[in-house]
Amino acid sequence: MTNKMPLGKGLNAGLRAAMEADDKVLIMGEDVGKLGGVFRITDGLQKDFGESRVIDAPLAESGIVGTAVGLAFRGYRPVLEIQFDGFVYPAYDQIVSQVAKLHFRSHGRVKMPIVIRIPFGGGIGAVEHHSESPEAQFALTAGLKVVSCSNANDAYWMIQQAIASDDPVVFMEPKRRYWDQGEVDTDSEPLPLHASKVVRDGTDATLIAYGPMVKTCLESAEAAAEEGTSLEVIDLRTLSPLDLAPVFESVRRTGHAIVVHEASQTLGLGAEISSRITENCFYSLEAPVIRVTGYDLPYPPSRVEEEFLPGLDRVLEAVDRSLAY
Amino acid sequence: MPDAYVADDPAGAFPLVQLLTPEGQRVSHADYAYDGDDDAIRGLFRDLVLSRRIDFEAHALQRHGELGLWAPALGQEAAQIGSGRALLQQDFAFPTYREHGVALCRGIDPALLLGLFRGVELGGWDPAEHGFALYSIVIGAQTLHATGYAMGLTLDGEVGRNDPERDAAVIAYFGDGATSQGDVNEAFDWAAVFNAPVVFFCQNNQYAISASTERNTRGPIAQRAGGFGFDGIRVDGNDVLACHAVTTAAMQKARNGEGPTLIEAYTYRMGAHTTSDDPSRYRDSAEVETWKLKDPIERVKRYLLTQGTPQEFFDELDVEADELGKHLRETCKALPDPDLAALFDRVYVDGSTELEEQKAQYVAFRDSLEPEGSES
Repeated sequence: MTNKMPLGKGLNAGLRAAMEADDKVLIMGEDVGKLGGVFRITDGLQKDFGESRVIDAPLAESGIVGTAVGLAFRGYRPVLEIQFDGFVYPAYDQIVSQVAKLHFRSHGRVKMPIVIRIPFGGGIGAVEHHSESPEAQFALTAGLKVVSCSNANDAYWMIQQAIASDDPVVFMEPKRRYWDQGEVDTDSEPLPLHASKVVRDGTDATLIAYGPMVKTCLESAEAAAEEGTSLEVIDLRTLSPLDLAPVFESVRRTGHAIVVHEASQTLGLGAEISSRITENCFYSLEAPVIRVTGYDLPYPPSRVEEEFLPGLDRVLEAVDRSLAY
Repeated sequence: MPDAYVADDPAGAFPLVQLLTPEGQRVSHADYAYDGDDDAIRGLFRDLVLSRRIDFEAHALQRHGELGLWAPALGQEAAQIGSGRALLQQDFAFPTYREHGVALCRGIDPALLLGLFRGVELGGWDPAEHGFALYSIVIGAQTLHATGYAMGLTLDGEVGRNDPERDAAVIAYFGDGATSQGDVNEAFDWAAVFNAPVVFFCQNNQYAISASTERNTRGPIAQRAGGFGFDGIRVDGNDVLACHAVTTAAMQKARNGEGPTLIEAYTYRMGAHTTSDDPSRYRDSAEVETWKLKDPIERVKRYLLTQGTPQEFFDELDVEADELGKHLRETCKALPDPDLAALFDRVYVDGSTELEEQKAQYVAFRDSLEPEGSES
């Protein structure tokens, strides 16, 4: 059965399904109860599952993650909402020093099946600290897994798969796409969580993106097609571990690779992906791998965020540069 | 009580609970009493002596190059044994990296404590089996884990059933320095808000490495609890009977579903912060000498002698401690180095194809090297 719904509603439906499937699943975060979260992703869940399973947290991010560690010790599967990307840093120590390392430290005797949901990225005209893209800081941490959904169907399935994972998962939600409608197929077997996917076939160059930039790349490919350029688009979906086999397969065919993300360029995921493409597709490349990213600035005032963020024009300009080699 | 005990509490709002004086005399307290007989006190004395022996041996092993580091608990034995023996089987403890005496109380082979400090381990025991989490090195982080675990006990209905066999609570260990950490203050707040069955057991050993307590807090640490909405108690941390009585009461209160308690065990770190530390740079030997007079073990021995405990008891205990020392030395030297290749399999429950590739690269590289001693 398929239903049309916005990405945010897909997450809500996925959370509901996960809570119905396993009563050890708890939701905890700021304003997740009566309010349903500032983006309403947990809307209605406290009403249906009660205050002991949908827990309004004190306003303390380290406390949210730190107490979740203790709850995981007790066998719970906490799903944590960090209200905005820029508020995750107070919890950074608990995430990288405890959540990521306890399984390793304990020889696997302690499992940390914790999901840390982070609405991330810009494009909504927000104030400072509400538009950041810190995913690389988690992807580089051994012991964490990091994923990002780009559409309603993936939102529905990936949140359930992340919750079912016995490993900790940082779940990056493209907040500016929360309202984008998409078909959700609640019956078909989903892709595995840690698999990337070709979302548009093409032959001239490969666009690699995740989260909010997938839509940007799809729109870029549509525009390029009108001018006779055929772009393949790959939605990475999983940022740690990376699943680059489809990327390598594509780049070996196209010879051109462009990585697109909102996060700043230096040491962003694009750097790692570019390096891996070079290592694996060296003799197929017709041009260096090009990155189209946010600039190495603190996130700017929102009136200029559309200039700061990669958009259709910047993506197509990069495609032109690559094809001109 | 000597002035030093109450120097930061001029109003006398948090007098130390004491049940056994440094001279070995039992004294009564209006609210707390030790509930055991002299046999039980001999049991506590045995724990005190054995935990001091763990420290002594580990210190020596470090000086012999067998351990990279050791964090001595010398002087804090009463706080650890008194609180550790107040725990029930179903309780759970979240330690720092210095709770060697509590580990002993939780039935952990003391030799397992050495792995972390020898550099062959990051943990070393099964937390669930012993109700004792792994040592935690980031200061204060474990207090949030304890609070979350306690919240889980409440969710599971493990508190307030008036069932002494099953009602459970959590104890979080930390030091005076940790009270400056955000995590500790968040833990206090969460525990209060969720009425979590957790006891915060602060060993105020007067120093955070070199920083004296005044650098981390003004006013009695026990006073903090009031601001968060629960009770704080200050106990003579060198008095094993008082530590036991106060912790027993606080844990029972938690098990009853009556919420958290902060216990400040006022004690002294007789040794260095770790074997890499040099306390002579930041504290007077006269201060150390003052605290030697309040030794947590000597006062129990004095008491037991006045009660007619036969010399054979002490002699047998010396033999047992010697055996423990031998066990620690032998086991330590036999602890195997970990296999780096095996560590790749420990990062994730479900594995990672990327990590498997790196493991294969490492193993291939390692195997390509000439075996040691193979050249001529």
